[in-house]
This record gives sequence, structure tokens and C-alpha cells, in this order.
Amino acid sequence: MSIVLESVTKRFTSAGTPAVSDVSLDAPRGGITAVLGPSGAGKSTVLRIVAGLETPDSGQVRIDGEDCARVPVQKRGVGLVFQHYALFRHMTVRENVAFGLSVRRVPRKEIAARVAELLQLVQLEHLADRYPAQLSGGQRQRIAFARALAVRPRVLLLDEPFGALDTAVRRELREWLEQLHAGMGVTTLLVTHDQEEALELAEHVVIMFDGRIAQSGPPGEVYDHPASPVVASFLGGANLLTAPVFSGRADFGPLAVSAPDSARDGELLQVFVRPHDLKLRRVRAKHPGLAVARVERLKRIGGYVRISLALPGGEALTVESPRAEIDELGVVAGEPVLVDLRAARPFTEHAAR
Amino acid sequence: MPFGESILIAPPSRQPSVTEPAPVRWLLVSAAAVLLGLFVLVPLAAVFATALRAGLGRYLDAILHPDTRSAIGLTLLTAAIVVPLNALFGIAAAWAIANFRFRGKRLLITLIDLPFSVSPVIAGLALVLVFGRQGWLGGSLDARQIRIVFAVPGVVLATAFVTVPYVAREVLAVLEAQGSEEEAAALTLGASGWQILARVTLPKIRWGLLYGIALCNARAMGEFGAVSVVSGHIRGETITLPLHAQILYDQYDAVGAFAVASLLALLALFTLVTKKYVEWRSRPA
Repeated sequence: MSIVLESVTKRFTSAGTPAVSDVSLDAPRGGITAVLGPSGAGKSTVLRIVAGLETPDSGQVRIDGEDCARVPVQKRGVGLVFQHYALFRHMTVRENVAFGLSVRRVPRKEIAARVAELLQLVQLEHLADRYPAQLSGGQRQRIAFARALAVRPRVLLLDEPFGALDTAVRRELREWLEQLHAGMGVTTLLVTHDQEEALELAEHVVIMFDGRIAQSGPPGEVYDHPASPVVASFLGGANLLTAPVFSGRADFGPLAVSAPDSARDGELLQVFVRPHDLKLRRVRAKHPGLAVARVERLKRIGGYVRISLALPGGEALTVESPRAEIDELGVVAGEPVLVDLRAARPFTEHAAR
Repeated sequence: MPFGESILIAPPSRQPSVTEPAPVRWLLVSAAAVLLGLFVLVPLAAVFATALRAGLGRYLDAILHPDTRSAIGLTLLTAAIVVPLNALFGIAAAWAIANFRFRGKRLLITLIDLPFSVSPVIAGLALVLVFGRQGWLGGSLDARQIRIVFAVPGVVLATAFVTVPYVAREVLAVLEAQGSEEEAAALTLGASGWQILARVTLPKIRWGLLYGIALCNARAMGEFGAVSVVSGHIRGETITLPLHAQILYDQYDAVGAFAVASLLALLALFTLVTKKYVEWRSRPA
């Protein structure tokens, strides 16, 4: 039951940029595919187009190979889970889960059996006669999953399903979803702005910006090899340094980064490096690729330390290191320190959008 | 309900958040109480006191008088036609506005609010201009022996016009506050449009709808200006309760006028009770 989108475009206003622009993606059968991007990137619109709640202006949606253009929402066999649960507030938990079956006029006995089965699956049998308002956020979302799964959808569409929950519940539900998915293997499209969620849950990540797909691939690949500066700065949070290219290299203070072959002299080279990829060393160490920087601030955040550095040229760098490492080095605010920039990833200006 | 939760977890405030000294507080509270009494309670009491001044017998005579009964009948008939019509229209319009993007949406919203901004007398005059004997359609209506102005249809039309906004506004407020995600969820679960209306949307809006209907009904029964213009004041035929009260009052029949007015006051009290009930039922759980 794969989901395939081919050059899907959708505008909400005749003028201005489309909400979704030329989006093609392939969510493989049985896997979780995450659509990741900042808010307003068009992720939810993509999901609503797959569900049939929005009609694309052009392009094709295929679920399991079948072109969905003429298939109404009710017949698409999609299960949709919303950020704010969208449970029917005037119905009990049991009635909510039964809804999809009862509108299909499934015999009562069958409905009761299926509802019991699903409540067991989400481990909330004891709440069957409560109303949504009497449940916690995490419980409501599990009921929403049960309701969506009751009709045996071909694909499961999740629109920021954990977005309204607090961190602890979110983590718990993430693990729960992973197990649930492993047990059922229903093709799932997950829309989220939370990169940790996407990288943890999905086998395939699609990154969207401004209605377009910026990059897609397995989570490890998009994280380690961002295809553009936007993706690099979105994923993992990155330091950005800029310097002009001169004879194949760009100088950042004492540090030189070699430029890609395509870069010509005078072009600006952008260098991205993630805070946790930067290594600090004692000033005594001698190594090419190390720059001297001054420690501006240290902030201890649980098990790691966030250090703000200033390079001689004035650029700011943020480094995140395990606390033990920093304590061992004896990094102190106001003192110089060496930074290892070798994990930096250069982009020339024309690679930027 | 996220809002409800945040209200619930708000710490109970021990100290009232007012900082004004006690005399100022007392002054403000008594000013409000005096105004309320002066403008609401005293007139309400006066209505019933005057109506019952000459005894319960006179009161009942006034209410059971054939002209009063006919006015009650016409008022009920008008409301029975107008309220269901405007309820249907209100639900449909609010549904369309809340759930769809379409050309002319702003115009529709403005049109729904129009009766709030137009004087009812102007509305009545407009009906006379269109449907009256000298009006645009007057000639062709006359030829077919159809009477609208100075007849029951005119009263119904005028009432229908002034009561357009109530249900639409109340239902729209509920729909916009609750969004259309429940409907979207129902769609993906396989429900048809009618199933969604009956099983999701109507239950969702029921309290707002009930209150809108109560308001619409109160206005339909109480409308004076627009109805006065188109009614023609034909006794026993085109007189509604408010017009009847006015006529009796003009004839120095204070007891009769206030007896009729007391019926309308009871209607107002009933509407208030409905409002309280709706607020109580639809409070965040």
C-alpha cells in the first residue's frame, strides 16, 4: 500500500506562491515516511491532499498504484490522526472508535468486537465510557489512533500527532507508535516539524521548505549529507560561517576550508558545522584545521555544555560537548581554546537558494 | 479541550485581583446595582404590577379578549414560519462560511449582518416599496389577487428579514471556535455528508443553535418597527402582540396594554433562562 505523489501543486490564492509546489514523493509500503519541515512549509497540505481533503491543482496521487483523482475521501481508505485529536466530543470513547464502522452499517456485534480489540490495542479498555474531555492528551491521541485504525485503513496519515503533548508523553507515545507500527506494518505518512521525531521514527524522511521538497532520503543520509544550506541549518541546528573563496579555499581566521571544485574565486563559501560536531582542544595542541577562538560563555544543560565562542574574525560559533569532556579540558570563559572545524561542511553561494 | 485545561490548572487565587479601596468598590457596585434595578427590574415589575392592577380577572379578560387571542395567534404563526426558516438558513449559511472558500463569502457575511445595521422601519418601508400596491411588483401581484403588504405575508416577510442574523451568527461562532477537524475526521472514516451533518455537526452546534433559535424566536415575537410598517393595523388580521400592546396603550387601556406586554416580558424571561441553560450545558467540561 504505497503512497506516491507526482508533481503535486496546490495554490490557495491565485496570486502568490503555491502552498505545495511540484511535490513528488514515494512512501514505500509498510514503512513510516516522515514529511519534515518548519511550520508553513506545506507539509499538512500534502497530507490533506493524500487524504482527499484538498484537491491538487495539478499532479497525481496514487495509493497502492491506484490514481486517487476521482476517489472521494470516504473511499480512499485513509486513517487520519490530527494534532488536536479531533475526537467527537459529544460521543464516548467507545462511540468514537465505533464511528467509522457504524457509518458503514457494519453489524452491531462485529462493531463491538472490533472496538474491544482496538481499545485493547491502545490499552484503554477501562476508559470506554468516558468522554474525550475526561481524558488526558496522551489518552485522547491513543483513542484517535484507535478510531482511525478501526476501519482498517490502507494507509495511516499522521498530522503532527504528538505536537500538542508535553515532552514526556510525547516520548512515550513515540515509542508506543513505533511498536504499534511494527505490529501492523500499515504504510504511514507522518507530518512533523520535530526533527528528532522524524529521524527516530521514519525509514524515509522528506524535508520540505516553502512548499517544495528540499531533500529526501533515509534519516542518516539527510542528516549526514544535507543537500543545501537550508537543510543543513534546519537539521541539527548549525553554525554558519561565510568567507570568500580564494584559489580553491576559504579562510576563516587561521582555519582554511577547501572549497568544492565548482567554486570560483570571489564566490562566497558558506560553511556549516553542527554544534556537536565541533571539538575543542587545549591551546597547546598543534594541528592543521584548528582555529583559535575565545570562550565567551558556557552554559551547562544537563549532561552537556553549550559553549559560545568568538573567532578572531568576530564570527560566533556554538559548540555542544559532553560535560565530562569540557570539565577535563578545563574550558573557562574568557580564555582561548582551539576549535576543530574539520567536520565542517562547505556550500558555495550558488548552492544556496 | 486545551483551553478548558489551562483554566482548570490555573491556581486558585486567594487574593482578589482588585486594588481599589473598599469605599470605591462599594460605590461602583452600588452604582451598577442601582442602574440595573432602575432600567431592568423596576420596569419589569411595573409591567406586571400595572397588568394586575385591576385584579386577576381584568388581566385574564384582557388576555382572553378575541383581539388579543388573534394577536397571539398571528404572533405564534409568524414565529412558527420564520424561526424554522431562519434556523435552516442560519445552519446552511454558517456551515458554508465556516467550511468553504468561495467567491462572495465576505458579501454573504455582510448580508447576514444587514438586519442589525438597517433600521427595522426602513426594512418595512423597503417591503412596501417592492410589494405594495404602488410598488415595483405591486401591479402584477394585484392582478393575481396576491396581497403581501397590509396582510399576513408582509408581517411574515418583515419578521423574517429582521431575524435573519440570530441563528447564523450563533452557529457560526460555534463552528469557527471548534474548527472543522471533526468533520474532516468523519469524512476519512467514511461518513457521507448527511451522516456528518446528523452525527457530528448538529450535535456539535446544538447549544449554540438552541440559543440562536431562542434569540430568533424572541425577536420574531417581539418585532415592532418593521411589522408596524407593513401590517396596516387591521384588527384581528394583521395585528401581532407588540402592535396590539401599542394599540391598547394608545386607547388608554393601560391594563390591557400591560397585560399583553406581560406576555412579551415572560417571553424575554424564558429566553434568558434558555441562555443560562445553554451556557451551563456548553461550559468547558
